[in-house]
Amino acid sequence: MRPTPRLTRIATLLSVAALSVTTLAACGGGGEAAPAGQSGGGGGSDKLTMGFAQVGAESGWRTANTKSIQESASSAGVDLKFSDAQQKQENQIKAIRTYIQQKVDVIAFSPVVETGWDTVLLEAKRANIPVILTDRSVDSTDTTLYKTFLGSDFVAEGKKAGDWLVKDSEGKSEVDVAELQGTTGAAPAIDRKEGFAEAIKAAPQIKVVASQTGDFTRSGGKQVMEAFLKSNPDIDVVYAHNDDMALGAIEAIEAAGKKPGKDIEIISVDAVKDGMTALSEGKINYIVECNPLLGPQLMDLAKKVKAGEEVPQRVVTEETTFTQDEAKKALPDRKY
Amino acid sequence: MTSPDLPAPVERPAGASLGARVRGSRLVWPALALLLLLVGNTIASPSFLGVRLQDGHLYGSLVDILKNGAPIALIALGMTLVIATRGIDLSVGAVVAIAAAVTCTWIAGSPDPTSASAALTGMAVAIALCLVLGLWNGLLVSVLGIQPIIATLVLMTAGRGIAMLITDGQIITVNNESFSFVGSGFLLFPVAILLALVVFVVVALLSRRTALGLLVESVGINPEASRLAGLRSRTIIWTVYVFSAFCAGLAGLMISANVNAADANNAGLFIEMDAILAVVIGGTSLAGGRYSLVGTLLGALTIQTLTTTVYTVGIAPEVTLVFKAVVVIAVFLLQSARVRAAFARLGRRGGPTRPVPRTAPARPVAARPRPAERVSPS
Repeated sequence: MRPTPRLTRIATLLSVAALSVTTLAACGGGGEAAPAGQSGGGGGSDKLTMGFAQVGAESGWRTANTKSIQESASSAGVDLKFSDAQQKQENQIKAIRTYIQQKVDVIAFSPVVETGWDTVLLEAKRANIPVILTDRSVDSTDTTLYKTFLGSDFVAEGKKAGDWLVKDSEGKSEVDVAELQGTTGAAPAIDRKEGFAEAIKAAPQIKVVASQTGDFTRSGGKQVMEAFLKSNPDIDVVYAHNDDMALGAIEAIEAAGKKPGKDIEIISVDAVKDGMTALSEGKINYIVECNPLLGPQLMDLAKKVKAGEEVPQRVVTEETTFTQDEAKKALPDRKY
Repeated sequence: MTSPDLPAPVERPAGASLGARVRGSRLVWPALALLLLLVGNTIASPSFLGVRLQDGHLYGSLVDILKNGAPIALIALGMTLVIATRGIDLSVGAVVAIAAAVTCTWIAGSPDPTSASAALTGMAVAIALCLVLGLWNGLLVSVLGIQPIIATLVLMTAGRGIAMLITDGQIITVNNESFSFVGSGFLLFPVAILLALVVFVVVALLSRRTALGLLVESVGINPEASRLAGLRSRTIIWTVYVFSAFCAGLAGLMISANVNAADANNAGLFIEMDAILAVVIGGTSLAGGRYSLVGTLLGALTIQTLTTTVYTVGIAPEVTLVFKAVVVIAVFLLQSARVRAAFARLGRRGGPTRPVPRTAPARPVAARPRPAERVSPS
């Protein structure tokens, strides 16, 4: 066998492999469709039909988000067509196109990334199907492409985290912050960084000495924190863009013989159950909530849009913050 | 074994000087890459090489590299044998996720989630399941004759789904010290790297002190000829896939134990690519045949050091991937005999006053069976 034909063969194999991955992934997405199934377009009946293209099931937060949407759809009498894009934009675009063909009443989705949506959103607009963005926004100059954006204000979340730190640092001469960023390029990571940076401008003694992505995962947070503890031994505060990375950082700090929450303060965003548990145990100092339970608000908006009512371009989900004492009280009825 | 695919043997003329022997070894390039990375880190952060005792165990960046590099090293070890038989195993990342999911779900669901017995049975069940998954891969490749890349792709795609089903899409957190010990425990050294080393030594002894390694190589060079020569190619191929799944399962235990949680979405995500990269950096050819276990170990440590470098030096997340790509390309260029030969020619042209090539004294031309540019990594 000469090397060249083999190379060609490998190349062919790889492309076949890539193809089957996409097909399989697409099938997987379809397989998770809600019981509504293939019951045809919703144009004929008075029941509202909604096509929802979810990002994936990448975290406990996302699972809670999916559950909330599915439950509130069935209690609001909405025929929900649900698809899971497994964190791939192409799958999401495919799902949205399918919804356009099925002539659903409303399309809602949580964009995987910020850009690249103009074409498919224009197709929806031409088919006269209103689009609602949930949880994450798109970066487009044409704001007529979607009716409204329902979701958290990530910049505000970052600001709340920063504001708490500014108050906490009063009277301290120097506060070194290590930042654990989310997935590079993701809206929550960009905005939470921006909001935090803006808030800490008020206190010149607060400095971000190290900032690196932990990919929103526990092992990412742990590995990055391990390295930070060695290259910057004087870290006073960790600001993590989500609870999972904060939980990873806690383990790294403990392995270094320090006490998380005391020797090194930890601020985090999300307020999932594991994070709240750590907060109530005193290992995290402050959590800004990012509420995944936006199903009821989404169904309300969808009905209003269908009835032709005016809705605001931006609807912010109701969110709060938690200190250690508040976490102890809230923990028993935490759903996710 | 007369196929033209036979990789050229590494040239080691008898009585060659130590310098020539070192230059002739394929291990010198991955070792050099690792060394350069460590030197770079030390320049950027002088305390990088510092190791001290902390609560009775070693503590330092190098220890982190060993601990976090253990899963990649282990998976790359299994991958080396698979690649040596001309195969590839893309499913290791999914197997990692399944092992993590099974163990954590088992421990969380047991009557006493903090007991050592829950951890041990959970881990045993997970490893057993991984062996079954390896049997499945091996069946597809060796018995049904499906191309390895496709055969293992099935499990790569389906496996993560299985892990998600097991964990119900949630991150399962466990609080079990015995389990945690596998991932973040210390017996002076990190337990994870000790486990990986044990597996490594066993494989090295089995494959280099018995004929097993030779058989694996011959199957990789020409399966048909090996079969005709009386080797049980099928059994050997089957075995390496089972072993690869075992390594991936063990790595999955380490990865989830390190953070005390099973994250079906992210545990071992893209680790198959890191493992393949480690094997290739270590000097094993993807065309099958000759393989190097030590090279793979060096390759895995190089990749982990690269990751740690990004964090220690403080490279911006936006350029991390580019930085990694540049380093990997540099390592490959360093390894390519053709590129080095081209540089050597350039060097000779640049200095016409020197009539003899630099390497000439150490390597008499007569000792070379083939032209130097094609064969020896001089």
